[in-house]
Amino acid sequence: MLPFTVYFSPDVFFPQNYPLYIRSVPSQNELKFHYTVHTSLDVVEEKVSAVGKSLADQRELYLGLLYPTEDYKVYGYVTNSKVKFVIVVDSSNTSLRDNEIRSMFRKLHNSFTDVMCNPFYNPGDPILSKAFNGIVSGMMVQTS
Amino acid sequence: MAGSQWELPPELCCRPMAFVALTGLDVVYNAVHRAIWDAFCANRRADRVPISFKVLPGDHEYPKCRTKRTSYEWYIPKGILKTGWMNKHLNLVPALVVLFYELDWDDPQWKEKQSECATKVEIVRTSLQGRNTKVAVVLIQKKTPLPPGEDLVASERASALCNSCDLSGKSLFVLPHTDHLVGYIIRLENAFYEHAQTYYYTEIRRVKSHKEFLNKTTHQLLFVRHQFKMAFLSELKQDTQNALKYYRAAYSLVHELRAHETNMLEIKTMAGFINYKICRLCFQHNTPLDAIAQFRKHIDLCKKKIGSAELAYEHSAWMSKQFQSFGELFDEAIKLGLTAIQTQNPGFYYQQAACYSQDRKQMAQQLCQAGMTYPSPDPLDTQSGGLDFYGQRPWRQGHQSIDPTDPEKEKMGILALQIKETDVPHSELIIALLSNAVAQFKKYKCPRMKSHLMVQMGEEYYHAKDYTKALKLLDYVMCDYRTERWWPLLTAILTTALRCAYLMASVKDYVIYCMELLGRASTLKEEQKSRIEKNLFKVLMNKVPEAEAECDPASVSAARSLWTDRMALSGSNEVMVDMQDYIPFIQCKARFQSPSFHVDQPIQLQVFLRADCPHPVSFSKLTVSLSNQEYNQWCVAESSGQDSMTLLPGKARCYDFSFVAKTEDVGKKVEMTGVEMMLGSDSGRCVFLSWRGAGGDAASTQEALQASRSSRRWGRGAEARQEPDWDSLTLQHSTMIISRVPKIRVQLCHQPPALTNEMYCISLSVQSQEEDVARDVKLTAGLKPGQEAGLGQSTHVTLDGSSVCDDNAPALLTDVPLGDLKPGEKLEKCVYMKCVSTGPRVFLFHVAYSIDTAVEGRHIVCKCHKVESPYVAGKTCMCVCVCVCVCVQFEPLERVAVDIPFLLMTDVVSSSPCPLLLSSSCLQLQTITSNTPQLQSQLQQVVLQTGECASECFCLRCPPGTSSSNTVATGQYVISWRRKSSGADSPLIQTTVSLPHVILESVPLYVYADLPSFGRVRESLPVRYHIENRTAQVQEVEIAVDPSDAFMFSGLKQPQGRQPDDASIAAA
Repeated sequence: MLPFTVYFSPDVFFPQNYPLYIRSVPSQNELKFHYTVHTSLDVVEEKVSAVGKSLADQRELYLGLLYPTEDYKVYGYVTNSKVKFVIVVDSSNTSLRDNEIRSMFRKLHNSFTDVMCNPFYNPGDPILSKAFNGIVSGMMVQTS
Repeated sequence: MAGSQWELPPELCCRPMAFVALTGLDVVYNAVHRAIWDAFCANRRADRVPISFKVLPGDHEYPKCRTKRTSYEWYIPKGILKTGWMNKHLNLVPALVVLFYELDWDDPQWKEKQSECATKVEIVRTSLQGRNTKVAVVLIQKKTPLPPGEDLVASERASALCNSCDLSGKSLFVLPHTDHLVGYIIRLENAFYEHAQTYYYTEIRRVKSHKEFLNKTTHQLLFVRHQFKMAFLSELKQDTQNALKYYRAAYSLVHELRAHETNMLEIKTMAGFINYKICRLCFQHNTPLDAIAQFRKHIDLCKKKIGSAELAYEHSAWMSKQFQSFGELFDEAIKLGLTAIQTQNPGFYYQQAACYSQDRKQMAQQLCQAGMTYPSPDPLDTQSGGLDFYGQRPWRQGHQSIDPTDPEKEKMGILALQIKETDVPHSELIIALLSNAVAQFKKYKCPRMKSHLMVQMGEEYYHAKDYTKALKLLDYVMCDYRTERWWPLLTAILTTALRCAYLMASVKDYVIYCMELLGRASTLKEEQKSRIEKNLFKVLMNKVPEAEAECDPASVSAARSLWTDRMALSGSNEVMVDMQDYIPFIQCKARFQSPSFHVDQPIQLQVFLRADCPHPVSFSKLTVSLSNQEYNQWCVAESSGQDSMTLLPGKARCYDFSFVAKTEDVGKKVEMTGVEMMLGSDSGRCVFLSWRGAGGDAASTQEALQASRSSRRWGRGAEARQEPDWDSLTLQHSTMIISRVPKIRVQLCHQPPALTNEMYCISLSVQSQEEDVARDVKLTAGLKPGQEAGLGQSTHVTLDGSSVCDDNAPALLTDVPLGDLKPGEKLEKCVYMKCVSTGPRVFLFHVAYSIDTAVEGRHIVCKCHKVESPYVAGKTCMCVCVCVCVCVQFEPLERVAVDIPFLLMTDVVSSSPCPLLLSSSCLQLQTITSNTPQLQSQLQQVVLQTGECASECFCLRCPPGTSSSNTVATGQYVISWRRKSSGADSPLIQTTVSLPHVILESVPLYVYADLPSFGRVRESLPVRYHIENRTAQVQEVEIAVDPSDAFMFSGLKQPQGRQPDDASIAAA
């Protein structure tokens, strides 16, 4: 079983960091993942602000491993418009290396861009797109 | 006792220091000895050698040394490390015993004293039988010793003493008891330290030498033990690098041991000890990354070594302790100057420790059934009262085989441990760890982690049944989650908080949490919401609510009786809830219909309410309070019929209020200070929901923002909907009361531009269009305030147009009473103003009156006013250009000769757009006098059109005697004028122009000719030249006349003569 959570929060539009999309496998003990993702934002914010001071333009979107816990690894990714993506994986899962995680983020980012391009989507609303959901499900199946 | 089982022993955690015993000192009765002892133990700062001193009596019994084993062949070790070993080497077995003895070199009883000293040394040696402990002697002397080599007696006696005591020369010291005690002591100390180092060095060698006797099959435990001992002795020797090396070797050996259920605890305990030492030394060597790596390795290796399933909680307890002690080490290193970062700080270790403690609690709850009787005899009781080896079971000490010896005994032992575990205050431990972690995360900028841990603390308090503290913590973090808009997390916290409130029977908290859980931010399922709403209604009807799910049955029954008591209490059944801080299930948005109302209109305001709960909600009262409390009476809605005060789920409802403003409030703002809604009834329990201002709650601002974004796109969709879109409803919490619209016509008539200094007339006509008499009509006219600063001084306004006003007239006339105005009546008034300077200015005409009127059947007196602001440009009326001083030939003069007449010419050019009538003009001369007796103006009654010029000429003369070659003020030229269009009675305006200054010069000879005004052809033309000498001397003149072709010439052609002064010659 692979716990896996995806999360976005638009920061360009709102100061808050509320989730636009969150999904986890297995679905039991989901609350714990919510907390994990929420607390990881501390690190994301710190990293983003640290980078912002030096070189804002050529920022690497992928933030890498945010922090290790006993059971999970938390990875982060921040788009130029400060939308945050977080992936949490089981720390026993050794098949996912940095490169795999990075490409997963890139895929998510592309799909998210498609969602934003939808004229019927109102930025800031929860993401209900089937296509996006499909991409996420695909990644989850692939990695488990 | 059970809690402290996991604590690391203090002898492990302290910094090992060489142990030196001092004997022969009587610190109680001997002042000198006391001073020596104090010098040893006081002020032990970091720069002094690390030794721990102890005063022992001369005949002290040191721990007995067991006979040295010559062969390990038949020896089977019973455990890894004896519990007493570390303490023995830290505090019981000295590296060096120092014997203090008072003896001067020239002591008269030298022989006796020498042998007494030898006896004392012998006693010490005997009690140290078999140990390698060094012995040293310190002679306390009263005299200062001579430099070495000079005192022959001393060196001789010293060697004699060494011989008799069987001491080497290096072990005999002299301590003169003089002024420099501390200096001597420090030197002694350093010598002791060297001895101690040698001792520990030999000890290490001795332990090392055992190795060759060991074999890998039976003596595995000894490998670990010996490495540990070598490491510990190295630490005592202050050789931390080697200590670390030995500890690391010990650590890998301990994991090579065959682990099975019976010795798992012992292995883990020892692994934990060694790991602690390694991490501690790594931090001490300032290699924190090594420490972290070692700790991670340790955790990874030990994580799966759970041991006995019946005592699985022990593993969690041990893990928790590992994390906690590492956290403490880390924290200590930070205090000594290490810098930690956000993602690597002690907080994570405390947090993980808390996490394992929670596991421990859970497992303990599963494994340890309550109600078992404690076995007798106590299997945990040992003969010595403690354990022989670290990490062993009391009932089978020293047992090292795979299977337990006695299954029955084993069972009893486990049961005893389990029963002990039930007494452990798990929650306390967890909370202590969590609060440690909170403190760390606060330091390393992790606000969300901090909130998360505080939630856990709150939940732990809830489990520990300390509901007050739980609520306090949960309430504190709730608002963080509310502003972060993480609804699932907020809902989870609220659910716990609701349970607490229920179990405490705290009505207000219960109501608040119910309301928020019913609200739109809650992610609870519909049936749960429905249950909560029913409970809320029960509370409102003063009944006991149903118990929350997942509560402890015992606590529920206690809570039920609490609730019953609370309900029985009369009074205090009103609860005020401030809604703005929450996201409650009833939303409120209030607004004034318009941002401003005229005083003769009723003020309308609307309150929109919406319920998000699954069942309809009825309320009994709705009030709006306003900044002027007199209006509050009009803004109350009370339930009369059932229907009107019921909110249907998901439907917005609007309540309209209207009232008439007071005339005193014209120009003031009316604000909503709050909206209050009463749930429940007086018979049951009332809950007042109050919103500050015009409603809204913790989430509504964000929703409005979101709605505004979507309505921009979906504007057409919103129009199509019947109901107003709730999210896009905006609050309008204040309105201005403005005065009634005036029904009068104010007209201004004037002819711009205004000319400088002119009495400019603006005629004002006021016509009433009211249906009633306008009373107290008042006019305020003049310069509009707030323009350029200087304009106030250069503008004057008056009502009196008959004469030119002076500079005292004000710039603004205020409240000129104009009397009453009947319907349709017209009133006219002229206002005159005078502008002294040019430039544009704005005037203000303000007509105010009062009138009786009725609004919604109420008579009020309204004050109305109308404002007109004409724009007037001040303009120069005319340009007076003076071409001064022309001679008779009308050529401009640069200088004026004294006492010679000259002409002054003036040009008056009109730049006014309307024709001007010049009434008169005159010269006001100063030095210069007129050549003609009567100066008559040549410009009387001249009309000048735009751009036309009027010229005038005066003949002037500068009187003799004025000092020459000087500039002289000529005088002023005054023109009186008025507009041609103005009446004959209107005042004349005087414009004064200063004439230019002239330069005077005196002429020595003045020649002028008398010529007839005309001559006839062929007739003689008599010309007479006057030559005047103006000087005081006689002048010689020669006159030559040049003939002209047009004239024939008669008379003297070349007269010559002497000119007396002031005589004139006439030539014809």
